[in-house]
Amino acid sequence: MAGKTIRRLQELPSTHLLGTGTPMCAGCGGLEILHEIYDILGPKTVFTNAAGCMSLLSVYPYTPFRGSWLYTAMASAPAAAQGIRDALDILLEKKRIPPGDDLQVITLTGDGSAYGMGLSATSAAMDRNLDFIYLCYDNEGYGNTGQQYSSATPHAALTATSRTSHGYPGYKKDLFSIWAAHRPAYVATVIGAEPLDLAQKVEALQELQGPRLLIGLAPCPTGWGFDPSLTVKIGRLAVETGIWPLKEYRDDRTVHTRIVRHRKPVEEYLQLQDRFRHLFEPERNNREIALIQARIDQYWSKAIDADT
Amino acid sequence: MSRRLLTGNGSAAWGARLARVDYIPAFPITPQTEIIETIAEWIDRGKMTGRMVTMESEHAMITAAGAASATGVRVFSATSSQGLLYAMEMIYSVAGWRTPLVLVNVSRGISAPITLEPDHNDVLAARDSGFLQIHCSTCQEVLDTTLMAYRLAEDERVRLPVIVNQDGFYLSFTREPVEIPDSRPAAEFVGDYNPENMGFRASSPSSQAVAVLGAGAYSYFRYETHLAAREALSVYEEVAREYRERFGRYHPIVETYRTEDAEYAFVMMDSFATKAKDGVDRLRESGVKIGLVRPRLLRPFPEEQLCRALAGMKGAAVIDQNLSMGKGGVLYTEIASALYGQNEAAPLLASFIGGLGGRDISAEEFYEIAATLQKAVKHNRAPRPRLLYTVEELRAMRKLQAIAHVERHGSKPGE
Repeated sequence: MAGKTIRRLQELPSTHLLGTGTPMCAGCGGLEILHEIYDILGPKTVFTNAAGCMSLLSVYPYTPFRGSWLYTAMASAPAAAQGIRDALDILLEKKRIPPGDDLQVITLTGDGSAYGMGLSATSAAMDRNLDFIYLCYDNEGYGNTGQQYSSATPHAALTATSRTSHGYPGYKKDLFSIWAAHRPAYVATVIGAEPLDLAQKVEALQELQGPRLLIGLAPCPTGWGFDPSLTVKIGRLAVETGIWPLKEYRDDRTVHTRIVRHRKPVEEYLQLQDRFRHLFEPERNNREIALIQARIDQYWSKAIDADT
Repeated sequence: MSRRLLTGNGSAAWGARLARVDYIPAFPITPQTEIIETIAEWIDRGKMTGRMVTMESEHAMITAAGAASATGVRVFSATSSQGLLYAMEMIYSVAGWRTPLVLVNVSRGISAPITLEPDHNDVLAARDSGFLQIHCSTCQEVLDTTLMAYRLAEDERVRLPVIVNQDGFYLSFTREPVEIPDSRPAAEFVGDYNPENMGFRASSPSSQAVAVLGAGAYSYFRYETHLAAREALSVYEEVAREYRERFGRYHPIVETYRTEDAEYAFVMMDSFATKAKDGVDRLRESGVKIGLVRPRLLRPFPEEQLCRALAGMKGAAVIDQNLSMGKGGVLYTEIASALYGQNEAAPLLASFIGGLGGRDISAEEFYEIAATLQKAVKHNRAPRPRLLYTVEELRAMRKLQAIAHVERHGSKPGE
């Protein structure tokens, strides 16, 4: 796909490279993102995977990948990307492999690793200007272990470790800004429900070298509590309500790639998910809903000022 | 071949240089730093090819080491103590990946309390990981063993990572005369790394270190790794003999010193075994038929060689520079497991703990250990494990405690 620019949905790849039959949950928003990215990056890739939902993508003797994959550990998938990138460079330099055997190195982790345990390894990979792609599928909690809260969990969400009617008391960590503060080649947010925006970002990062990082919001039917048929709808609402801003950072500048003129009220997004049900039942918590809405409005008033 | 005064750290760096390693992920920790500083300078000055990258932790360092090795390059790294423990999750993982890298561990006691000086609780924490372990007692051994470790690790019958262990300070910072092999014969001995089926290539994609579902698959891979580690005993012997032919030095699986007619033995690992040799010489002068048995390989564990070395002796004193809390000496336990149930008359075993945090073991203590052992044999009764500690040390400790008490409470105890 390199060199070709995707402008319309019809131009997205029609062949799907990632095999079926994985043990991911029905309606997994993370797998949706991985499918879309893999179709563009192709099989000349090697993934370094951290412990998380996607640990079980490859189970001996099967793999859904037509390219390569290495399972590592929760904290150090970016360090494995360093080892593989360096080893491939050494092999190419010493002519022990032909140039055609080179691979793009991609780190694949969930939010538990990206926002927490693996943050030091990611920071250091950026310090070293590692030429790699990082994809975080962010389902806003430790999903594989039953959706306990992580530092990616949004305020007020019920999780397995914040079960009471107040939900999670903290606020979702701003990983985009933390990553961008390292001034890597590229950082962007994506979501599977906006495949054109995602494809254009993956194309853009392929033109660049150095650390290129993506955070994909991954609606999670089992963790968030909604029917798997609603994954795309909830994904779109995340963008349309403005709770998941689509943006990219490069050349010292952050630009929003989708600015919604008339944002929908956030409650349209919240009320479809069991994790926010306590904001509506048994009685509506107007104060909390208004606070969540106010934070979103505040974000966008600042963001639009900065972009223009 | 040249002969120079080298530290243990310098010897380890020379081993890596002569093995023509491709990749060195690093992270500094006392007392290992001289190894990576030396390699960095050689690479910067063009005296050594290879790429070194300083990672942000030992956990990341071993991950990068394993990932690079799995991609098909020859990898070297070095750590110590807390660093080895911090890396432990990946120590186990990369052994399971069957990546034949070599890691030098510069032994140092483990926190808490924090200390800089050596004992073996750090390296023994990696005992069950799948890394093979070779323990060195001289700087020459560190260099030779690092070179041999690549042959052992990369052998198709083994394919496992190797830890080469040396004591911090006593070897790492101590200069000894070391013969450095010329680069060409060293390169011929080590050979090129042939990763065979390991590697990530566009033309041959593969998924590695994948999950298994079901205990049958898990057990199979774990057994396979164990059997490969057992194979390393005979492969090591081949490698050590070839090394002797090429370079004239032989480093056996189990070193024995003055054991031919010995009735008693000290059993020790690493550099303090040279103190035991001195103890043997002194005791021999006073008529005690004693020798030294020093396992160099701890994993795979050389049961046969140890049983043979100790066969027919009346008693053996195992001196452990480690302490398994609530049990005692690790080497003692392992030696006992090797001897128990053997046909030949096994010697009576006595357990001593000493040398923790770099504490010296004096000549007098070796006499005392030998006397305790002889008495135990005479009465045919194994003594209780002894923790080596002198009255002077206890007195000095009491003084420190008194100061600590004043610091905390403003008065001496009892005032």
